[in-house]
Amino acid sequence: MQYAIETSAITKNFDEITAVNKISITVKPGELFGLLGPNGAGKTTLINMLSTMIEPSGGSAFVWGHNIVKEADYVRQNIGVVFQDTTLDDRLTGRENLDLHGRLYGLDGKTRKDRIKEVLSLVELTERADAIVKTYSGGMMRRLEIARGLMHHPHVLFLDEPTLGLDPQTRLHIWDYIKLLNKEEGVTIMLTTHYMEEADKLCDRIAIIDHGEIVALDTPQVLKNMLGGDVITLELEKPGDIEKLCGTYQKNGCANFVSKKENEVFITVKNGEREIPHVLALASGAGIPITSVSLRKPTLDDVFIHYTGRAIRDKEVSEMEEVGYKMRSRRK
Amino acid sequence: MGNTSFNRAIQTVYTMWLREMIRFSRSKSRIIGALATPLFFLVILGAGFSSSFQVKGGGSFDKGFLAPGLIGMSVLFASLMGGVSIIWDREFGFLKEILIAPVSRFFVSLGKAMGGVTTAMIQGILIMIIAWIIGVRYVSIWGVLLAIMVMFISGIGFIGLGIAIASKIESHEGFQMVMSFLTMPLVLLSGAFFPISNLPGWLKTLVYLNPLTYGVEALRWCLLGNSTIPISISIIVLVLFSIAMTALGGKLFGKMRV
Repeated sequence: MQYAIETSAITKNFDEITAVNKISITVKPGELFGLLGPNGAGKTTLINMLSTMIEPSGGSAFVWGHNIVKEADYVRQNIGVVFQDTTLDDRLTGRENLDLHGRLYGLDGKTRKDRIKEVLSLVELTERADAIVKTYSGGMMRRLEIARGLMHHPHVLFLDEPTLGLDPQTRLHIWDYIKLLNKEEGVTIMLTTHYMEEADKLCDRIAIIDHGEIVALDTPQVLKNMLGGDVITLELEKPGDIEKLCGTYQKNGCANFVSKKENEVFITVKNGEREIPHVLALASGAGIPITSVSLRKPTLDDVFIHYTGRAIRDKEVSEMEEVGYKMRSRRK
Repeated sequence: MGNTSFNRAIQTVYTMWLREMIRFSRSKSRIIGALATPLFFLVILGAGFSSSFQVKGGGSFDKGFLAPGLIGMSVLFASLMGGVSIIWDREFGFLKEILIAPVSRFFVSLGKAMGGVTTAMIQGILIMIIAWIIGVRYVSIWGVLLAIMVMFISGIGFIGLGIAIASKIESHEGFQMVMSFLTMPLVLLSGAFFPISNLPGWLKTLVYLNPLTYGVEALRWCLLGNSTIPISISIIVLVLFSIAMTALGGKLFGKMRV
């Protein structure tokens, strides 16, 4: 088996909506792979298919060497899933939840007892193990779910928005567990998130997914480097000037990428320090007042904005000028 | 393979049963609530009816007559509730945990049914005991044991029905509707509260189409020694009903989407 997860042109249609459109990805054993995308991009649908919750409309996929449709039971035996919403029985104690899970996965009494001890200490819930889940905080419930997902020693763990709705401190905590699992238990992990920082800090590779398609796939570092250079952020006095300013920079071809958000314009350039005067001169030449300027290294945010449709590819502009200036806006 | 998959099936059923038992043991107020309603009926209606009516042909019409009907009613409530509780499992997410496990859905629903029927039988037996304490006399110990079997068979049937309904209902709002549109007619049209020997034609048809009628009649035969419908017919109808509902519930649950 070469890949922990392998999909080829996997597709899911709901009535007229294509939630996942011919996605082909491979994830190596031991990898920590992230699906990054806005809400409704198709991340959860993809995970639901890979975890055998729903059947694909087209294409195929293998998880830990097993076909997700024809060998669903083998896939299930080899995966752990932590869904976006809680799936614990809140009338039961933490330990009972783990025990029932172990039973459903066919673990014998001794194995269950030992494993419960292990996973509880991993997520630091040993002391609260015999409390009813209803009394747990959101972070504790999520930790218990991660522990439960690990009970049966899965080879592949799917985490759907593992830190959604948690406070920043708990989020950092959960990140530590995820990293630990990946490094020490060698579990292949596929997680979905719409937090840039989460994807950046955790993942070996990231697939940026939008409208059911993969728009970029690489390590966080390569994705950021792809933008080339530094990001200059210009804050405008009048938001109405945004289109005009973007147009000015496009025409002059001084930047690799130009993108915008509310009343800010982001320009990606090489040697940012040297370019600032030039950029400002162009703005004042066009008669557009600027209130502030800052310079920074590109973040995954920039990559994301670039790929999910609020950005303009500078390279394509020359070709596009003939057919008219076109925004690559794919938002509904 | 054959042996291990058999063991896995047993373990799945046991796991689901165990969960229902743990939950049941934690909901003491629910148990008391479930016992209170039939108890009020038994004491108040029993006293009221016996002072006002007499059954045609001379049989007494009192708490003794009502007891099997109320046992049947509480078995119906408890088992329908047990089946329909899948809606709650879906609402609170636990259903996903079950459906993602490498186990057969049929045995999951069977385990759920076993759990539900156990709680239904516990409630039925408690009412049987309470009725005895307040003076209802049963014909024999064998009758009592047979009555427990009848509770089991009819409980399985109604749980199957509950699971089938739950698999089709989208939200828990629908649950309220089902409970009022299903349970009240089933109880009222079952002969739990009146003798079915002399009913007008339209009512008789409805009563004889109601599976609960056969449960109540069978309980009456077991506990009191007489019934309008022969015991063999009641048992056959109940067994067929249970098999049909288990198959239907298992099938619809297998197709259920989360």
